[in-house]
Amino acid sequence: MTRPEAKPRVAVVTFPGSNDDRDAALALERLGAQPVPVWHADGELPDVRTVVLPGGFSYGDYLRAGALARFAPVMEAVRALAADGGLVLGICNGFQVLCEAGLLPGALRANHSLSFVCRDVPLTVERTDTPFTGRCEQGQRLSIPVKHGEGCFFADPELLAELEASGQVALRYAGESPNGSVAGIAGVVNAEGNVMGLMPHPEHAVDPLTGSTDGALMLGSLVDATRRATAEPAAV
Amino acid sequence: MRATVLVRPKPGILDPQGEAVLGSLQQLGFAVDGARVGRVVDLELRDADSRQARAELERMCEQLLANPLIESYEIELAQET
Repeated sequence: MTRPEAKPRVAVVTFPGSNDDRDAALALERLGAQPVPVWHADGELPDVRTVVLPGGFSYGDYLRAGALARFAPVMEAVRALAADGGLVLGICNGFQVLCEAGLLPGALRANHSLSFVCRDVPLTVERTDTPFTGRCEQGQRLSIPVKHGEGCFFADPELLAELEASGQVALRYAGESPNGSVAGIAGVVNAEGNVMGLMPHPEHAVDPLTGSTDGALMLGSLVDATRRATAEPAAV
Repeated sequence: MRATVLVRPKPGILDPQGEAVLGSLQQLGFAVDGARVGRVVDLELRDADSRQARAELERMCEQLLANPLIESYEIELAQET
């Protein structure tokens, strides 16, 4: 008798002010994962190997976007998971939180236009050997929406050279960047490759009803990687 | 003890807010050639020792009030009375 394969569990954190947590959970569920909601005040994560920090305006974006969320109790557990090789994906505000927390390099600043941008943007996949882009092809063009006021990725020339040299730029805006990011950077991974942040919202691009389904390639990659990560310990 | 922390975008970093303010001031007819917009944080410290307070403020800036990658900060301690 075959037992139905357990769905890979992915924690989705809700900070006060998060507003894409439910979309992220829904998208992950539709891609075969079991989303596990986690509250920012929780000191620990449930039994997961993957966590998603969703978009929104955690703590009202006070001081700097993401600056206060990084002190949320759950972030200690996220930090520990990342250090232990677990997978962490930060989308939009989640990306800002990861940069502020020092889990990702760089910083996100106000868009050059000072306007909130909300539209589909073309992207180029720069890395396919990450847990977040495994289903994509090298150089593939994706169309995924952005919606942010502070998505201008900044790295000083030294850090930028380092990121480029080590291949940490995973995703770039194709054509003009919607926010003035250096080198058109839309998404970066950490040096170890298990933490990624991006400004575009893959969770909003999983249903043909709302346009592109390219976001499913990214979140689907994460579900695949989570399945592999959770299967491995059992195989030992 | 009172303290004020001034946080500024680092020199050389494009400050779109400053650019927008500059444009508006010029439109109003003011002779302005540059504007940078930062942040002021006024603090009421429990500590009365100014050396200790300064050390604390440095840590506050490094850990939270400023993002060292993009911002510089300046600490002003109120004169002790």
